Parts: sequence; structure tokens; C-alpha cells
Amino acid sequence: MTSTTVPTPVQAAAVKKGITTSAGGRGDSPLKRAIIHATLFLAALIAIVPVLRVISVSLRPENRLLSRTLDIIPEGATFASYENVLFNTDFPQWLFNSLIITIGTSLVGLIFAATSAYGFSRFAFPGRGVGLTGLLATQLIPATMLLVPIFILAIQLDLVGTYRGLVIAYAVTSVPFSIWILKGYYDTVPVELEEAARIDGCSQLEAFWRVLLPLSTPALAIVFLFNFLAAWNEFVLARVLIGSQTDLFTWPLGILRFQAQFQTQWGDLAAASVLVSIPIVALFLYSSKWLISGVTLGGVKG
Amino acid sequence: MDVDRSVAALSEVLFTLAIFAVGIAILEGVLYVILVRWLKARLALPILLIAPALVGLTALIIYPLVWELNVSFTNMSLNRLCDPGFPAGLLAECRGEPMFIGLDNYINVFTRPVLQVAGFFQVFWQTILWTVINVAFHVGLGLGLALLLNRHLRLKGVYRALIVLPWAIPQIVSLAVWRTELNAEFGMVNQLLSLIGISGPSWMTDPFWNFFAMIMVNVWLGVPFMMVLLLGGLQSIPADLYEAAEIDGASSRQSFRHITLPLLRPVLVPSVILGTVWTFNNFNVPFVINQLELETSDTLVTGLFRAAFQYNRYGFAGAYAFVVFAVLLVFVIVYVRRSGALRGAYE
Repeated sequence: MTSTTVPTPVQAAAVKKGITTSAGGRGDSPLKRAIIHATLFLAALIAIVPVLRVISVSLRPENRLLSRTLDIIPEGATFASYENVLFNTDFPQWLFNSLIITIGTSLVGLIFAATSAYGFSRFAFPGRGVGLTGLLATQLIPATMLLVPIFILAIQLDLVGTYRGLVIAYAVTSVPFSIWILKGYYDTVPVELEEAARIDGCSQLEAFWRVLLPLSTPALAIVFLFNFLAAWNEFVLARVLIGSQTDLFTWPLGILRFQAQFQTQWGDLAAASVLVSIPIVALFLYSSKWLISGVTLGGVKG
Repeated sequence: MDVDRSVAALSEVLFTLAIFAVGIAILEGVLYVILVRWLKARLALPILLIAPALVGLTALIIYPLVWELNVSFTNMSLNRLCDPGFPAGLLAECRGEPMFIGLDNYINVFTRPVLQVAGFFQVFWQTILWTVINVAFHVGLGLGLALLLNRHLRLKGVYRALIVLPWAIPQIVSLAVWRTELNAEFGMVNQLLSLIGISGPSWMTDPFWNFFAMIMVNVWLGVPFMMVLLLGGLQSIPADLYEAAEIDGASSRQSFRHITLPLLRPVLVPSVILGTVWTFNNFNVPFVINQLELETSDTLVTGLFRAAFQYNRYGFAGAYAFVVFAVLLVFVIVYVRRSGALRGAYE
């Protein structure tokens, strides 16, 4: 719509007749507006009530953990649960473990995907179509399907109870989706730019490194973010490959351990949940637009 | 936080990554010598570019799948953890008993209980129900909210940020918290219900309410993503089209039917495919909410986890896994063919 203050004839007519368009809504009657606000308010409330509740539980003093109050700021609010989680449990260790595994594997996965996607985007070679379809088909495989073979192969290779198996698995399994996103992005960059660089004396790889990669920074950032979040939140493979040694846990295993013993550790669970969520939520709200464009970027065009 | 432990973890991760790098360097060096020096192949560069990912995916996806297919023809289990050979030989033995049992596992998937009592078709229908209800709510509520947020409205940004929250929170956190809040005595859900005079059900032991809770939590988790995806699609529809339709006297319902829906299709179709695959394969929600307790709340993928890691029947789990994968594959192929969702991705 135009940003002028004088309504166009169409808008004026719409206002008069009370007609709305899907992109419009300027001519809504007050009642309709109230209903829309009420609906959205309700949706927002449903979305945030569990969140408020966790914050509230995390602030409860120990002797009131199991009280039935629904107050958001509990009586005698205290940070004792946070202190306990940070200083008396393995939680910081779990976060550290998760962090190094996640950053390492996301970077390696990104490098794999960036070069392979270049191969798929710029070259016609036999088996290209089959390869792309195969990459897409891997996205259908349920995680549990690969668990059995990976678990038994890991036992045979003595990789259970270490990070080696986990690091390799995370780095590789994110590659198919990343290739699709990056290939979709590379396809939108005109090949003439690289050709110009080659006329100026670059080799093909130099053209990729100096022209295409810098131009693809947004897509690379999206892929890194996707890989990061996928590995950061991964749970079932870690459960199978790490086993029961608590100091090796990644944070999702740790959180579920708190949950399993909720009678005694509800406060710990809530405090740990809040701590682990704050940076991720901030990252998400900051980058949600790009995350979405990433999903549609991957060449799944209609 | 233990310093020794942290250093050990860090060095283990770095060591693994270093091995990775060395392996790739060797692979690339060998390929370079063969392709460029000896064969002078025209397509040497794409092969060099794709080789590391190809080798990685072969080792981590293709090889395990072939291995699993092989095992699915044997009676391998925790008590019979022997190497069946490849291809699983008729003569392979484990503790004096033959391992190769042909298609028995595949027949058993359909004729015997896959869990303690639940048979394949029971779990299959539970999964279909789970998937259809979830995707319907995700798309329905997501589209509804997206349409509301695509209007001129005060506080639009605030609503959007708040509604997106369940998507932003790490899933395991949300699930652990929901599981706790569904506690019949101290959980928030039943306390809220008691405020309006309803005594809440016991969510963890009643089969119907447990399944209901799983769906409720997954709808809560999934609507925001679908909403943001569809909102992006709605915003790409030019406003002039609606203005033109209005001049021609179209009602808002007609505009929705003839402008919004057709133009939203390119976003809607892949979203539905994605949503269906993710919901069908969703392991975390049933696993954390139900914690492998009620068989009536198992879906095919959690059933698969049980077959493998609770009952330790690896051969059977292999056969079961391929049946589950086939179900999903058939659905996706049919849907993609009929909707033409992947047109244009291959040129």
C-alpha cells in the first residue's frame, strides 16, 4: 500500500464499504479489530504461559518447590536454584561439552557443504541428478533408523562413550540439507561474475574462493546457524553414543536427567532450562527471518 | 566445572577434527594424482569438490543402511551379537545356531506384536493419526495466525515475537518442562483446569489423555514455525492484486479463495511435505512426553527405538526400519508427483 496520508480512491471506497483485503485491515470495524486483537492475545498467552511458569519455578525457594501456587513471582523469590545448578551440578560442564562439539562439527559440516554445493551448482556431470535426489531422500530417513547400525558399528570400533563418534556423525549428517541450501543460493549468483574473474587470471578455484564465497556470506551464515542449532539440540544420537557417564553428557542429556528425577530437582530443571534458553532464544529472534529464508532457499521452489 | 575433564573433552574434539582433516587431505591428494596427473579427466574438479562429502555420507548413511538391510535377514540380537558376514550367508552361525532367517523378520513385522502387545498396524494407525492431526493443526492455526498478522494492526511485532517463542526455545527444554507441568498433582495444566472447576486427568497413565497431551504439546511446538513460513509467503503476494479484486467487487472470501490460496501454493505445498515428514519422524515429543511407557502412545519411530534398544532385537529392528521408511517414501513420492513440488530445482 502507498504510504501517503491521503487515501487513494480505492482505499477510501474500502473504508466506506468496510471491505478488507488480506493485506489490508485498515477499514476494519472496531468490533472486528477487537476480535482480532483478542485472538492474537490469546495465542500469545498460550505461547508464553509455560515460559513464564518455568521462570517462576526457577525462582522458588527450596521449601516451596512443590507448592501449588500459580504466582509468577513466587513468595520469597530467590536465585538459589541458579546458584545450585551453576556451582553444585555438572551443568556448566554439559554446556561446555555441547559448545565445543557443536562449534567444531558445524564448521566442518559447513566446509564440506560449501565445496560440494559448488560442484553441484556449477558443473554438469553424470550422476548429478541422482546425487541431488539422493541427498533429498536422506532427509526422509528417521533418525532412529540409523541408530541401530551406527550404535553397533560404534561398539565394534570402540567409539561408544567418547566424542569421536558423535563429532563425526554430527559433522556428516548435516551435510545433505546444507548442500541443498547452498546450491540453491549459488544458483542465484550469476556465473558471469566468476567468468570475469577467470578472464582476469583467476583459476576456477580462486574464482570460487574470491568471488562466489564472499557473495554467499548470508547463505553460509544460515547454514552454519542451522547446523549449530541441529547439533546443539540433538539428543537421541548423543544418548546412544555417550552412554551413561554423566560428565561426558551434552546438555540435553543433562536436562532430561534433571527431569527424570523431578521430585527433588524441579528447581534445578527450571533454572537450567532458563539458562540454556536465553542465548538460543536471543539468537533465534535475531535471526528468524534468515532462518525462514533458508528453508525456502534450498531450491524447493513451487 | 572440572578443568581436566574440559581439557580432555576439547582435545578429543580437536583430535577428531584433525583426523578428519588429514583423511580429507589424503583423499584429495590421491584423487588429484589419479584424475589430474594420470587420467587428465575433464571433470576432475567437480569430483574433487564432491568427494569428501560423498565419502562421508557413504560411510555414515549408505554403509549403515546396507549393513542394516543385511542384518534384517538375520536373527541378530543382544544375545546373538555375531558378525553375519556380507551378504548374510546361509551358513553364518552364532553359538552353533544359524543366523540367516530369510524374510522371517519382514513377515513378523506384520504378523507378530512389534512391541510387547501392540502390533504393527496398531502403531501404524497411531502414527497416521498423530501425523494428520498435528499437520492439520499446524497448517490451520499457522495460516489463521499468519493471515491475522498480515494485516495493518497495532502491536503486530509484539504478537509475532511472543508467538514465535515456542519455536525458539530448545525443544528438549520445552519437552522436559511440559512433561513436568503435566504431572497430575503439581503440574500447571491440572492446576489451571482446577481453577475452572475441572479435575484434570492423569496425563501420564491414561492412554487417551497421554496421546492427547503429546498432540497438544506438539501443536504448541509446531504452530509458530508454520506461521512464520506462511507469513513469509503471504507477504510476497502483491497488494495490488487485492485492490484490483476489490474494484471488481470481489468479497474478501473470494479474494482468499482466488488470490491468496493459489499464490500461497508454492510455500504451502513444501511446508506440508516438510511438516508431514518431520511429524512422522518426530522422536523427541513422544519419547519425552510418554517416556516409552504406554504402548498406545508409541509411533512407528519410537516403536523402532524400543525394538532396537529396549528389546534389543537388532535383526527385527532392521526389517521394521525398512518397512517404516517405505511407508514414508511412498507417501512423499505420491505427494511430490501430484503436487509438482520439486519442479525447477534440477535445472
